[in-house]
Amino acid sequence: MITEVATVTFDELELDCGVTLAPVDCAYETYGTLNAAKSNAILVTHAFSGDAHAAGEGGWWSNMIGPGKGFDTDQYFVICANVLGGCKGTTGPGSVNPATGCPWGMAFPSITVADMVRLQKKLIDHLGIRRLLAVAGGSMGGMQALEWAVAYPDHVLAVLPIATTARHSAQQIAFNEVGRQAIMADPDWNSGNYYDRRPPARGLAVARMVGHITYMSDESMREKFGRRLRSTDEFEVESYLKYRGYKFVDRFDANSYLYITRAMDTYDLTQRGSLPSLFENISTRFLVISFTSDWLYPSYQSLEIVSALRSRNCDVAYVNLAAVYGHDSFLVEVKEQTEIVRGFLASTFREGAVGGS
Amino acid sequence: MGVREIYGRSDYAIIGELIEPGTRVLDLGCGEGLLLAWLKENKQVNARGVELVGASVQKAIARGVSVYQGNLESALEDYPDGAFDYVILSQTLQETRNPLKVLQSMLRIGRHAIVAFPNFGHWSVRWAHLWTGGAPKTELFPHEWYDSPNIHFLTVFDFESLAHKQRWKIERSMFLAGGRQVRMLPNVRAEVAVFLFSASA
Repeated sequence: MITEVATVTFDELELDCGVTLAPVDCAYETYGTLNAAKSNAILVTHAFSGDAHAAGEGGWWSNMIGPGKGFDTDQYFVICANVLGGCKGTTGPGSVNPATGCPWGMAFPSITVADMVRLQKKLIDHLGIRRLLAVAGGSMGGMQALEWAVAYPDHVLAVLPIATTARHSAQQIAFNEVGRQAIMADPDWNSGNYYDRRPPARGLAVARMVGHITYMSDESMREKFGRRLRSTDEFEVESYLKYRGYKFVDRFDANSYLYITRAMDTYDLTQRGSLPSLFENISTRFLVISFTSDWLYPSYQSLEIVSALRSRNCDVAYVNLAAVYGHDSFLVEVKEQTEIVRGFLASTFREGAVGGS
Repeated sequence: MGVREIYGRSDYAIIGELIEPGTRVLDLGCGEGLLLAWLKENKQVNARGVELVGASVQKAIARGVSVYQGNLESALEDYPDGAFDYVILSQTLQETRNPLKVLQSMLRIGRHAIVAFPNFGHWSVRWAHLWTGGAPKTELFPHEWYDSPNIHFLTVFDFESLAHKQRWKIERSMFLAGGRQVRMLPNVRAEVAVFLFSASA
């Protein structure tokens, strides 16, 4: 499967903080073919450290997106865009501030998950799609899926919020804060001004190491590393975390880390009203999935969403899948997830076609 | 083709017949969603289900049925009043911890309730109990007393008495033995009873 990233530039984007970003780039990839009725488009939203490259070689969800897979590109037109604030083609703190001609750094305005989704809506409009068949994503991608259902219910038939929450808990904010502090404690961070010099690699690597621990489970770590030694004075798990940490530095911008984790932490659907009141009169179908070993986004957070949906008699399917990989489970090839997503999409597509637009 | 030919379950066949097309249906303890999938396909119902067993929920969702994984007794509390036209409880009433509360909740969230349950009053059960002196173990109740999921044993007579006491309106009742309908002496001859009922006006 050959993939190519495209970029579209929009004149402006109004942000929740009141600032208008102008212009704004949005990098995206598409897979499969949009049908004549434009009724088979699925937006896949990425998690914190993802990018537009979701499918094909090295794609972050390549086991789920492709011919014959859960998101079957023989049937559906799948879109994935790098989020606002990111560092893989979409405008973020590493982009050039047109007012100064220099990278934004910490002068970049604060962003929210709703801002990310507003940019995605512009992209969908740009692609000429009035209504998406589905929006699907895990973790922060799941927050975006939820946001789509609440912000644009008439423009999406179904949403798949996976391993996610309507608001971060103190524990989730705490882990993100450790990551942010690690970056800011690195002298190379230099208040976010490092684009012309050495980036805060040590801080960013430590932040990523903490992140990786939270994405795994006790069981998956025991299975993967146990107490095995890499060398006489280094455990396998230490070596793995360092490797992942420093590999991350090559592909991620520290300031994007700060901005995006902040957007996740401040996301709280309930600030706009109780969850049941937000889901009132929504005809969007929901498939909510959590994983038994995910302690970072525990199932009670999914159940909070599901319970609110059921209290408004919304169309919701929910399953707590048994998987040992912790929060990473949604990214790992889980056969059950593939079957569920495939069946859910097929019935949504079938019934959506009958129901008309 | 009828639901019975497909799935071989006579209670499904009857429930399939009872439900009006285009209605909103909730199936409690829906298993792999076979009945709901059939109702969606053949009666164009708006189908929802509740099921506790994860593997069954996965199969139901993969089949295109919106099923919620959870305990049915606590799940009932979330739904708003009158959310459904029919709430089905098939072969599960005897397994619930608080059957009366379940039945009352079904009538709160649904205009009609449908229950199907194995009739503990069937002659084979009476005979087994009388003959062996032990907890009855029959084709209908195949479990040993210590590993049975059934915690409340009820009969056709028991259900009708409860309905009378609660002033529920029994709209239809159907009784089955060996996949055939029983009309005479259902409390003795029926293996499975199906009731369609509603709260009295």
